[in-house]
Amino acid sequence: MAATPLLELRGIDKSFGPVQVLHNVGLNVYPGEVTALVGDNGAGKSTLVKCISGIYTIDRGTAVFEGREVSIHSPRDAAALGIEVVYQDLALCDNLDIVQNMFLGREKKRGVVLDEATMEEMAGETLRSLSVRTVKSLRQLVSSLSGGQRQTVAIAKAVLWNSRVVILDEPTAALGVAQTAQVLELVRRLADKGLGVVLISHNMNDVFAVSDRIAALYLGRMAAQVKAADVTHSQIVELITGGRSGNLGLPPEKPSDFIDITPAGEKQ
Amino acid sequence: MTIITKTAGGIQVVKPTVSSHIRDYWARVRGGDLGTLPAVLGLLALVLIFGTARSETFLSALNFANLFNQGAQIVFIAMGLVFVLLLGEIDLSAGFASGVCGAVMTIALTTHGLPWTVAIPVAMLTGVVIGVVLGTLVAKLGIPSFVVTLAAFLGFQGVLLTLLEGGKNISINDGFVKSLNNGTLSVTWSWIVAVVGVGGFAVAQLLRWRGRISRGLIADPLGIVVARIVGLAALAFAATYVLTLERAVNVVITSLKGTPIVVPIIAVFLVLWTFVLGRTSYGRHVYAVGGNTEAARRAGIPVDRIRISVFAIASFMASIGGILAVSKVSSVDPNTGGSNILLYSVGAAVIGGTSLFGGRGKIIYAVIGGAVIAVIENGMTLMGLNSGVKFIFTGLVLLAAASVDALARRRAAATGT
Ligand SMILES: Nc1ncnc2c1ncn2[C@@H]1O[C@H](COP(=O)(O)OP(=O)(O)OP(=O)(O)O)[C@@H](O)[C@H]1O
Ligand SMILES: [Mg+2]
Repeated sequence: MAATPLLELRGIDKSFGPVQVLHNVGLNVYPGEVTALVGDNGAGKSTLVKCISGIYTIDRGTAVFEGREVSIHSPRDAAALGIEVVYQDLALCDNLDIVQNMFLGREKKRGVVLDEATMEEMAGETLRSLSVRTVKSLRQLVSSLSGGQRQTVAIAKAVLWNSRVVILDEPTAALGVAQTAQVLELVRRLADKGLGVVLISHNMNDVFAVSDRIAALYLGRMAAQVKAADVTHSQIVELITGGRSGNLGLPPEKPSDFIDITPAGEKQ
Repeated sequence: MTIITKTAGGIQVVKPTVSSHIRDYWARVRGGDLGTLPAVLGLLALVLIFGTARSETFLSALNFANLFNQGAQIVFIAMGLVFVLLLGEIDLSAGFASGVCGAVMTIALTTHGLPWTVAIPVAMLTGVVIGVVLGTLVAKLGIPSFVVTLAAFLGFQGVLLTLLEGGKNISINDGFVKSLNNGTLSVTWSWIVAVVGVGGFAVAQLLRWRGRISRGLIADPLGIVVARIVGLAALAFAATYVLTLERAVNVVITSLKGTPIVVPIIAVFLVLWTFVLGRTSYGRHVYAVGGNTEAARRAGIPVDRIRISVFAIASFMASIGGILAVSKVSSVDPNTGGSNILLYSVGAAVIGGTSLFGGRGKIIYAVIGGAVIAVIENGMTLMGLNSGVKFIFTGLVLLAAASVDALARRRAAATGT
């Protein structure tokens, strides 16, 4: 596999007011590979994604894209680099149709007039490339789609733009068995097309089914980034829940690094 | 029975036929997306009721022409409010904003002796400035639009009183301004306007249809496209026929026939804003911000600027409403744009089918809703009912429209469509 990462994050810190959510996080995303980003609820996965995509500005750290240091201040910056995100909360507009959603914010125009025909053609071709064979209509409102179909639209929206890196935040969380399999297949196909894919998931079976590498976040720190073939299921679970597994993971914790946020009287 | 066909990228889709098109529409209606159907049905019912009860007055050509002049101010304010409502916001100050702009024009014309070519743009600019200020307060400071515009409602009432030096009534003499909401087109021009309007619609529809077919995309069935064109033609030509009948009370003194000048003015703005909302990326972004603000922000849409712009458009349209209100009675007074104008305008937009929750609505809804309001007001007056009854009835109609909107939303949430 390619040795140089497409996207490399180094030493990312991010705080919300007094609460530091990300501590010195590093992450490498390789072309043609699926990198799974795992971690418990509140570990900071979604926050990291939003830092990469320019929704949040990072406090410290650097992002290197194709060997160049880049600064990402807005979703447009990320999009210009070819970084696309499929968000945990889907970020589709229910009152718009499939084509309108896929081109939202980046409409094709002829003069001032929207070029609906070109957009529809591109949308159709992109869906086709993701092996979507039938829809009722490309002009169907997104509100009338099933969960899996909506997820497919969200993914199609992300790959429409010759994207280089696609990040998917829990794309299968709300899906049934069949639709989960479909979406995972889609994720794998993106990597096979040469894209760098980051997949966030809580489901270890899904993670091991499609990913080449696994990065585990623990309380806002990157515990380890390893090849999926080199680790076992239970090692990853230990990394997620304790930040360490044998010689993998964070050094033994210093109690002073953590603040106790458990409200008094609720100690369990 | 469905026929499968291929569209862009070789994706298989259902081929629309006239019957499937109608079925789909019905399914949408049942799914809660009623659009402007209740307003159209309501309008027909009202016309039937008033037409039966007061056939000789309500159904006269004179009264039909009057409806346009009476409804013009409300329709203009409502068209602007559609933009604000599309974002799920409200502008309660639009009525008095229209009064202030009308007063600005009047003062420019009279006190300063300026020609209408200056006075009207100054009034419109006043509207835009008002809207930008309101929108900035909402978008940048995050004050709820309800509060900002409620404050402005009070404030503009005061501004209007101050401009009119404590309540004077100022008359205008400018022939052009007076003609805007009183004058009529000649019979020849009335027909030219109707034919050009219908012809333009037909050409636009057919070109669009052919463009999609030629690129192998799914298009509405030709039968539906033709039905739309024939429908509009029938409506426009029938209306023009009635409006070009002699309607003067005493023909010996003066002849009165032709389409009111305000009709093509409404039509121009209807086409303009429909184009902006439906065919430009700005319009697309307005719908997106109204449908899902966070999704719009993540798509890189400048949400704040969109928010400011819709208030600017609303106040701009209100300014034209104010100009037409002044034109109609040839004067401005402290109540121009006051009393029930704002409530009727919000009512028009909502009755027409614009959602109060944002994301759903069209400019034509404001015109249809405005027609409902104008017919109620006009018909009930002709039936000799007093203002109390009129207000109660209009209030009930508005409540019914808002319920339809809320139910549609719940239904959509429940069925997941
Ligand atoms: N906008 C915000 N303001 C303050 N704190 C935040 C904000 N967003 C996230 N956090 C905090 O940051 C931490 C990490 O949240 P994040 O959403 O990134 O977790 P996650 O790993 O995606 O969890 P999940 O698996 O539940 O999606 C949480 O403790 C959360 O409370
Ligand atoms: Mg998350």
